[in-house]
Amino acid sequence: MEQTVPKEYYQYLHELQAVDFALVELTLYLDTHPDDAQALAQFQQFQRRKQTLMHQFESNFGPLQEFGNSPVGNRWTWSEAPWPWQV
Amino acid sequence: MWIYEKKLQYPVRVSKCDPRLAKYLIEQYGGADGELAAALRYLNQRYSIPDRVIGLLTDIGTEEFAHLEMIATMVYKLTKDATPEQLKAAGLGEHFADHDHALAYHNAAGVPWTATYIQAKGDPIADLYEDIAAEEKARATYQWLIDLTDDVDIQDALKFLREREIVHSLRFREAVEILKEHQGQKRLF
Repeated sequence: MEQTVPKEYYQYLHELQAVDFALVELTLYLDTHPDDAQALAQFQQFQRRKQTLMHQFESNFGPLQEFGNSPVGNRWTWSEAPWPWQV
Repeated sequence: MWIYEKKLQYPVRVSKCDPRLAKYLIEQYGGADGELAAALRYLNQRYSIPDRVIGLLTDIGTEEFAHLEMIATMVYKLTKDATPEQLKAAGLGEHFADHDHALAYHNAAGVPWTATYIQAKGDPIADLYEDIAAEEKARATYQWLIDLTDDVDIQDALKFLREREIVHSLRFREAVEILKEHQGQKRLF
């Protein structure tokens, strides 16, 4: 099913994807360079930013992760569309 | 344990119905050098690899599932509105007969995915060299796929995936060097 979502959905998502990209890249780099203190500091900086962006996205569009890793609110919306391939 | 995140790793924009392109892209879904093979290869090898590189195999293997979801999204969106006639014209008549609009783990020629595409040798250097080769083959496949289309939206997503193969290959090369250094060191237990 094709879903219509507000354009803020794409804006917030895009910002989050950009920060997550940096975190994925730094994760793999740190896996082979665990002693790089500068990379670790960058990781922590992006991690703080991710928490802010996740909170912003989730309070508008529902949980990004579940199994208890995202706030649920007072109604179960995790299993509701849209799913990533529908937007 | 894995946690699903309800978003794609990178935006996938699909503006048209193009089942012929989907037929080519499925190579990276269920083909020998595709994302399923990559994810399952690394996550299986990690049990018997030295501790120093388990984290890397775990994280790259996990990222491959995010790539698999991106490819699936492209294939799904390119075919979801296609009529049986359009699918037939694109060479997907056989696929439709078996799967309708569902995705299936096979390559561009329709050959089903097989575990014989991947190996775990129990020898860390042999395994990591296989992983480097797998990344380079996937990078080449993404290049051929980019060459097969003039759809700029699809090209953008494919270029992202091509770049990730390059980074993974680099990290695996570093892992080989780490293991070689360790092998050269005299260790007391």
